[in-house]
Amino acid sequence: MNLTLKVWRQKNRNAPGHLAEYQARDIPVDASFLEMLDIVNERLIESGDDPIAFDHDCREGICGMCSLTINGKPHGGKGGVTTCQLHMREFQEGQTIVIEPFRASAFPVVKDLAVNRSAFDRIIQGGGFISVRTGSAPEANGTPIAKDVADRAFAAAACIGCGACVAACKNASAMLFVAAKVTHLNSVPQGQPERDRRVLGMVRAMDAAGFGNCTNQYECAAVCPKEIPADAIARLNRDYGTAAIKEALAG
Amino acid sequence: MKALYLAVIRFYASSIGKKMIVALSALGLLAFLLGHLAGNLLIFSGPDALNAYAAKLHGLGVFLWVPRLGLLGLVGVHIMATLHLAAQNRAARPQEYVADATLRATRSSRMMVLSGLTILAFIIYHLLHFTVGNLHGFHDDNGVYRLADGSMNVYKMMVVAFGVWFNSLFYLVALTLLGSHLSHGVSSLFQTLGFTTPRTRPLYTWVGRLFAVAICGGFASIPVAVLAGFLK
Amino acid sequence: MSSNPRQSETPDAAIPSGPLATKWSRHKMNARLINPANRRKYHVIVVGSGLAGAAAAASLSEQGYKVSCFCYQDSPRRAHSIAAQGGINAAKNYQNDGDSVHRLFYDTIKGGDFRAREANVYRLAEVSVNIIDQCVAQGVPFAREYGGLLANRSFGGAQVSRTFYAAGQTGQQLLLGAYQALEKEIAAGGVKMFPRTEMLDLVVVDGHAKGIVTRDMVTGEVTSHAGDAVLLATGGYGNVFYLSTNAMGCNVTATWRAHKRGALFANPCYTQIHPTCIPVAGSFQSKLTLMSESLRNDGRVWVPKRKEDCGKPAAEIAEEARDYFLERKYPSFGNLAPRDISSRAAKEVCDEGRGVGPGGLGVYLDFADSIKRLGEAAIRERYGNLFQIYHEITGENAYTQPMRIFPAVHYTMGGLWVDYNLMSNVQGLHVLGEANFSDHGANRLGASALMQGLADGYFVVPATLPNYLATQKPGSVTTAHPQFAAVRDEVAQRVSKLLSIKGKRTVSSFHRELGLLMWDECGMARTKDGLLKAIEKIKALREEFWTNVMVPGSGEEFNQQLELAGRVADFLEFGELMCVDALQREESCGGHFRVEHQTPEGEALRDDDDFSYVAAWAYSGDVSRPQLRKEWLTYEEVHFSTRSYK
Repeated sequence: MNLTLKVWRQKNRNAPGHLAEYQARDIPVDASFLEMLDIVNERLIESGDDPIAFDHDCREGICGMCSLTINGKPHGGKGGVTTCQLHMREFQEGQTIVIEPFRASAFPVVKDLAVNRSAFDRIIQGGGFISVRTGSAPEANGTPIAKDVADRAFAAAACIGCGACVAACKNASAMLFVAAKVTHLNSVPQGQPERDRRVLGMVRAMDAAGFGNCTNQYECAAVCPKEIPADAIARLNRDYGTAAIKEALAG
Repeated sequence: MKALYLAVIRFYASSIGKKMIVALSALGLLAFLLGHLAGNLLIFSGPDALNAYAAKLHGLGVFLWVPRLGLLGLVGVHIMATLHLAAQNRAARPQEYVADATLRATRSSRMMVLSGLTILAFIIYHLLHFTVGNLHGFHDDNGVYRLADGSMNVYKMMVVAFGVWFNSLFYLVALTLLGSHLSHGVSSLFQTLGFTTPRTRPLYTWVGRLFAVAICGGFASIPVAVLAGFLK
Repeated sequence: MSSNPRQSETPDAAIPSGPLATKWSRHKMNARLINPANRRKYHVIVVGSGLAGAAAAASLSEQGYKVSCFCYQDSPRRAHSIAAQGGINAAKNYQNDGDSVHRLFYDTIKGGDFRAREANVYRLAEVSVNIIDQCVAQGVPFAREYGGLLANRSFGGAQVSRTFYAAGQTGQQLLLGAYQALEKEIAAGGVKMFPRTEMLDLVVVDGHAKGIVTRDMVTGEVTSHAGDAVLLATGGYGNVFYLSTNAMGCNVTATWRAHKRGALFANPCYTQIHPTCIPVAGSFQSKLTLMSESLRNDGRVWVPKRKEDCGKPAAEIAEEARDYFLERKYPSFGNLAPRDISSRAAKEVCDEGRGVGPGGLGVYLDFADSIKRLGEAAIRERYGNLFQIYHEITGENAYTQPMRIFPAVHYTMGGLWVDYNLMSNVQGLHVLGEANFSDHGANRLGASALMQGLADGYFVVPATLPNYLATQKPGSVTTAHPQFAAVRDEVAQRVSKLLSIKGKRTVSSFHRELGLLMWDECGMARTKDGLLKAIEKIKALREEFWTNVMVPGSGEEFNQQLELAGRVADFLEFGELMCVDALQREESCGGHFRVEHQTPEGEALRDDDDFSYVAAWAYSGDVSRPQLRKEWLTYEEVHFSTRSYK
């Protein structure tokens, strides 16, 4: 198939960017979106041009490294898949595809379509963990966890930290990402001792990173490749509210 | 005491804190809307019922300023926090998408600032119109809009005011935007205050819509009834 | 030093004396310790942030050591451990079905076709139970039963249910647990993280690993880092085949650079080919996707009996015209035969021309019988996500037509040689997880990779590293040492050399050609002639690479082609060693199948008398003349037997 690509090119974080147009000819319909870009890049290199930089690694939808906003939709907007799992058969012959990076001030552009998502790591550093030293763990079956609680925690823990929620959000908010981790760890018994500290720390780290706020539009959930539901955000709000009141009153 | 004060500041400083303040102030404003609507609907029970209600409110004298200032405070907090949030949101994405797409966000959710600010303009107009303003000569001392005991003939004021078609039209437009604001705002409130669960979220969406239709339909029924000649 | 020259060539595995079952506890008891107050003076460099690297970095920081951790991804959470699907083994015996530390140990040794070191494997089985405790305490959401206790499943043909799992995302959940522990330590100031930073060389001072040289992948800056010990947890080398289930960035560079600085590379020819991957669709393909082995629990593998039927839709091939070859050849294990055996059987039928799908490289994995027996809903519940992945990639609906699968390179058992302490022959250089060779012998059992990565990271290295560090004065070597400047210069020169060639061929075209060559000659079946041919071709390809590769851009920027070029250059050297290793191993064992060495029925034929050793290769200064050192494997507890899955 033949396509017209309009790709965001930006030399580095501080350089201005622009859309450049490329013709992608004879692309196999069975190729993945990233393989289509591979083909375009091979031709760019062969003709002496600078290939398009984009992040990718596992190419099976689990590492969270690939990104791309395709025609305004992170991961193509299909929901439930990452860009690396998107295949060209989803597109039409002759279509024009606009490819932009995940846009947020908290995700500065590294080059072209690659962005720096270390703000997510800083949020996890704010409290997205259970403090257990290696070796100090009690017997695993010592604490039963009801199956539905474990299943719910697992569903939230499925987040791959790709940042599509931020990219899709009209306000570049990271609430779904934070909510997923808070829901995971605050649901299980092991996470209870730190639950207030966790949510306060993570929300503060999120705010400090310069993400926007949630206006309950749920664009995030619509593009999430792991289909984390927006209700997780309600839980985050609840846990944060409770923790903040406790902190204010009890110190 | 200082620690508590600092904790409040800290709460406001956080994104979720501000959102909760928006939601909580909205709760107060919603309660007012309900009360205001119930009072206004007395118009359908005839002039005596409505005027008696108005007289009772005015009879509160200086104490009427307690809810008035409270309301003003709620509106102020609601707007201040929202504008703070909106500014942060704009800063969070300095470079807009060239190709922008919307997948799930409702139109009303995308118009919240616009509808909110329009409602603010409407409130100012509304206050000028009925409470302080003298557009229709309500506050002239010739006694046309006063009852025998000297209190205001609110029923007559409303019938006269809504008898002017462009006046009513402006009210209806503003009410439509209020409905839009409420339909997203009310369901959002449950989410922001943390009551939403996977099962209840669709319910809250409908609660928001129903609330919006009920409030706006209720208010709109008055100018419509006046224009239709049902209320004279 | 022994006076016997043959003995001095043999690396010392430093296996503690005494009975197998008490070696580890005795070893820990005898190890030197470092006073808590002194630990912060030691700086430990950890390269890689997967299960092994993240677990080690976090655990060492908890003990009080100063840790620097490096990864090439933009965040440690993205390491390829995340892609492991099936599960993690542990000898908890929660199912009361006869499991024990000893049985897990024995199964692992046997599964590895008697080419793993007994003491290491026993320790692995021993600490497996601690791993589960640790992960559960971290909040890893393992599957549970209604009673709230942990669920287990039988995996990869094991006779007991000892596999813990989190749906099809066990690796992800375990990695996120280790990642969170790592971030906790970063927040506490114990670990400094260097994402998007690639290790390009090892710095060895007086026989001790004292640091690394890295390139910042965003700015291109080449930097030296000094430490009191270096831990490599950089994964496997499966991408030498170009197409594999590995992530695109997985590479051999860190371990290969260490090898060229003196570390022995052990058993490079041991590679695991996973039987259930989605077949190649075309030449554009960049990677292969694994479908969890658990599919074989309910799917039946078949191809048409007659070549002529291969082009027909599966539905038009009558039951009696189908060859359920695994069930036919291995009646007792059937579709659940071990990975190496199933893979080879699939290759054989495709070689006979009975493969299905594009290029005839595929076999059917058919769920029709299970759907008939259990209903589509039950199959959907078990494998829904896998069927969806399959649909995304192929556009086919596996509920109505059989899946097509084909073997793909999945895991590499070989790696840098390490002793019982996980230390290589280069003092202070420790190697963890898939990057070392130690625990899986010639074939890895399902659900054992996660176990080994976490065992090494959480429990083994934190216990053995202090024993080495205690011999070192902390901070004795800094980057001011001339060796650092020398290595840094070499790295910088190599980078500019790659950029200056400005030839005609893209890096990927070399990688693709190397991969195809390795797959054909050093893949599922290897022959002497093929390997000799491959070695010559690799040499020629390497030569062409260094004169005709085209790397655009500069070294002072984010340059993904430059990164790839460095990795492919190393694969082009490493691939030759793999073939050399496969050539010298004149037997078939586990993942290594030499066509010359098979039983009349076509099964692998081991030669324990001549080849029960670890082939540890030393770099001689010439890539084409590696020197073989043999570590003979002695078995005290187990006896050699022939694996039979008939």
